[in-house]
Amino acid sequence: MIKKAQSFQALSPAELIQSVQTCHDEGYRLVQISCTHDGDNYELTYSFDRDLALSHLRIRIPPETAIPSISRIYLAAFVYENEIADLFGIPITGIAIDYKGTFIRTKIPHPFGSPQVVKAGSKTEERDE
Amino acid sequence: MSKQIVLPFGPQHPVLPEPIHLDLVLEDERVIEAVPSIGYVHRGLEKLVEKRDYKDYVFIAERICGICSFIHSATYCHAVETVMEVEVPRRAEYLRTIWSEYSRLHSHLLWLGCFADSMGYENLFMNSWRLREKILDVLERTTGGRVIQGVCRVGGVSRDIPPEELARMSRELAGLRPELRELTRVFEEDITVQTRTKRIGLLPKDAAWDLGAVGPVCRGSGISSDMRSTGYAAYDDLDFKPVVKSDGDCYARCLVRAEEMFSSISLIEKAIDRIPGGDVLVPVKGNPSGEFYARAEQPRGEVIHYVKANGKKNLQRHRVRTPTLANVPALVKMLAGCELADVPVIVLTIDPCIGCMER
Repeated sequence: MIKKAQSFQALSPAELIQSVQTCHDEGYRLVQISCTHDGDNYELTYSFDRDLALSHLRIRIPPETAIPSISRIYLAAFVYENEIADLFGIPITGIAIDYKGTFIRTKIPHPFGSPQVVKAGSKTEERDE
Repeated sequence: MSKQIVLPFGPQHPVLPEPIHLDLVLEDERVIEAVPSIGYVHRGLEKLVEKRDYKDYVFIAERICGICSFIHSATYCHAVETVMEVEVPRRAEYLRTIWSEYSRLHSHLLWLGCFADSMGYENLFMNSWRLREKILDVLERTTGGRVIQGVCRVGGVSRDIPPEELARMSRELAGLRPELRELTRVFEEDITVQTRTKRIGLLPKDAAWDLGAVGPVCRGSGISSDMRSTGYAAYDDLDFKPVVKSDGDCYARCLVRAEEMFSSISLIEKAIDRIPGGDVLVPVKGNPSGEFYARAEQPRGEVIHYVKANGKKNLQRHRVRTPTLANVPALVKMLAGCELADVPVIVLTIDPCIGCMER
């Protein structure tokens, strides 16, 4: 098996749009945007592909912090950004096609926003480790 | 200018086996704009990773989809193995490759049948699914499961294929090739198929790239992007070449899938010829710590399994980016300007798997 290295570049939210624009201008394909918990903060990773090599841009933000959409640069980002807004509750401003919380229909709002599974109408479940 | 109306297409529609909704803005019979909605059956499987042992979670990863199930489990295992720096036995990598290509064969045959059905071509539908049964029989014989194989483990695979069975598979593939040729000849040459697919649902190469299209959708638009070219599993040994067509229409996407079946047969035959001996599973101890984005080529295109772990038996995060989700923006582009009667055919050419998308 061939193992290819993956590069990560940490950015501040203010640098995001310019860096994504640079990726676009250099011919990178937007592969995906993912969101994970990083302690009390969120970590958003924007993945790009060129010549089958994967590069990631990463920003860390506190909860409830609005971040700019990159869908004006990569239209395809609207699916990932709506998904993150619906599942994690992160406000994303300026999404090209903004579903305003109706892209993923969930029983409870922002089910991935907490690091543990929460049932509707109940307290936080204990993790069974 | 004619009056514009909005026509709801789905979530329940004869051509859609799973729920997706499109608001079609029409002017007479022409689609001006299509706005997709998903999320009708979102299961939140990724969240379960916080509650399950990372080894047990392989079985949940496999159940994300009932068609490309094996590749989901193999890619998840690849991600965890990379984080844990587990050296998977070479024979296990070959077996994963063989089962992955059988999955692609049965998925493409399933799609060809559904595609024929969307054009009202019932006989072609039945012939496609008749051949698919032969592939499912092999999967059942070698893994014990037709839909969910359940053989992938972190560290390899749980079942080996004995040499006599490999020889039988090779003989059966040789017999399958002429039958597939006869089937795909109809898709390539039949005037009905051509009338319903040529110059329909156009996706130019630059648009496919800009919109992040993957799999046969981007390869049908002239982009030679196939994750098997990265050489994961045993693909680095099998002289893999992607199938690419440049017309960017429904016909081109159909031909890509038709030709990929022969490519899959060829890859399986090479893998059977070159498979080394040895173990198929190594014991894996401890818990993972780190993160990795694993990529693989599913029948519908590039899939990503991201895992993040902090040394506990439960992973912190499992994120799956499925090919159908990546192809939704391209679908919006293909539908703009088409005739209403062509919508079912165009929707099917992205081979939508809502089960995957709503993982």
